[in-house]
Amino acid sequence: MSDSLANRLGSLPSRSAPYQPSSSANLADILERVLDKGIVIAGDIQINLLDIELLTIKLRLLIASVDKAKEMGIDWWEHDPSLSSRADRSTSHLEEENRRLREQIETLRAEAALPPASAPEESAAARRPARPAKRPTTRPRPSPGDT
Amino acid sequence: MSDTSLTYAYAVARDRTPALVAEAGALTGVAGAPVHLLRSDRTTAPVAVVSPVPAEDFHEEALRRHLEDLGWLEVLARAHHGVIEALTACATLLPLRLATVYLDEDRVRAMLDHNQELFLDALARLDGHVELGVKLYIEAAPDTSAATTAPPEPALSPGRAYLRRRRSEQDARDDAHRAAEQAAERIAAVARSHAVQWARHRVQEGELATGPGQNVTNDAYLVPIAHAHAFREEVLRATDGFNGLRVEVTGPWAPYSFATLPEPGASTP
Repeated sequence: MSDSLANRLGSLPSRSAPYQPSSSANLADILERVLDKGIVIAGDIQINLLDIELLTIKLRLLIASVDKAKEMGIDWWEHDPSLSSRADRSTSHLEEENRRLREQIETLRAEAALPPASAPEESAAARRPARPAKRPTTRPRPSPGDT
Repeated sequence: MSDTSLTYAYAVARDRTPALVAEAGALTGVAGAPVHLLRSDRTTAPVAVVSPVPAEDFHEEALRRHLEDLGWLEVLARAHHGVIEALTACATLLPLRLATVYLDEDRVRAMLDHNQELFLDALARLDGHVELGVKLYIEAAPDTSAATTAPPEPALSPGRAYLRRRRSEQDARDDAHRAAEQAAERIAAVARSHAVQWARHRVQEGELATGPGQNVTNDAYLVPIAHAHAFREEVLRATDGFNGLRVEVTGPWAPYSFATLPEPGASTP
């Protein structure tokens, strides 16, 4: 059980740092460093931290906030090339451009009285709104190890 | 004993100095075992900071399962960080990613030999520097007191009064975000005047974000130790004159955010 494991692993270094300790540092600050940063050297125990469900923790921790920042219009830094080292900058940029282009195409199609690009076989296609709401295609995964 | 214990590696340092040996010897590692330094048989530098861990908890499958458990992860992360933090006081360290585990100490020695040049280069680059974190927050509630305490205008219908109130709340939020942007630019300018390198972390917003208010920037700076004090003072002062903003400086950290090696690219065509 995780309780006993936590106890077993629980012994923090026996001396507190003499160096303006941030041992009280908040977990988010620590996790973003120990999970995301630090040198990646292949160990014998092959664990790709980013592959496992830790990702869900990371999502809760960090990822959701990017959209929030955009929503608030404070994503100016994402466009600062000296700061943004992450690929997601260009990804989100492409996504945005992609979305804009799709909207333009739909607008043009509407003006030309063409059916929307999606699902041309369906007879109801012409009556669909230009940007149909996404249908959920996957169900939320049950959380692992819940007993 | 390699079937019952594995070797957990925390970080790499350049030399086995007496101070580092003493400090490491006083530490307990992630699984309660003593921490020590490990050196290759072939060379004197660099050295690895290691401790034994039980195989039953750290072989691949167990580790994968444990890491899903936030409680377990927290204990591991804090212990990993605790060792690195304590040793940062007496040496420049190259922190390794969490859960870097080897079958035995010989495998760690081989890893040191194999990466010797990369490690020594990175350590030379980071020597004499620390990482400092800087986060900017918009304080919890944008000040809407003006809107709520303003005397209601009797001429307004309830609907219009509501809309007016909403608009002034929106204005207050916009003001806060504009102020935050200006403050963030000012902080960045001050911080970069001391730093040799910087990195941007994602803002913290999820359930682990404990700071009051809304985090709007979350940066890390690599700063010469001699500048660390001035860095902190000046960054904390950079938001003077702004209302509703709070800046937080964390660290000094080991240079986690700047401990990267060039990709070996071994497996790419």
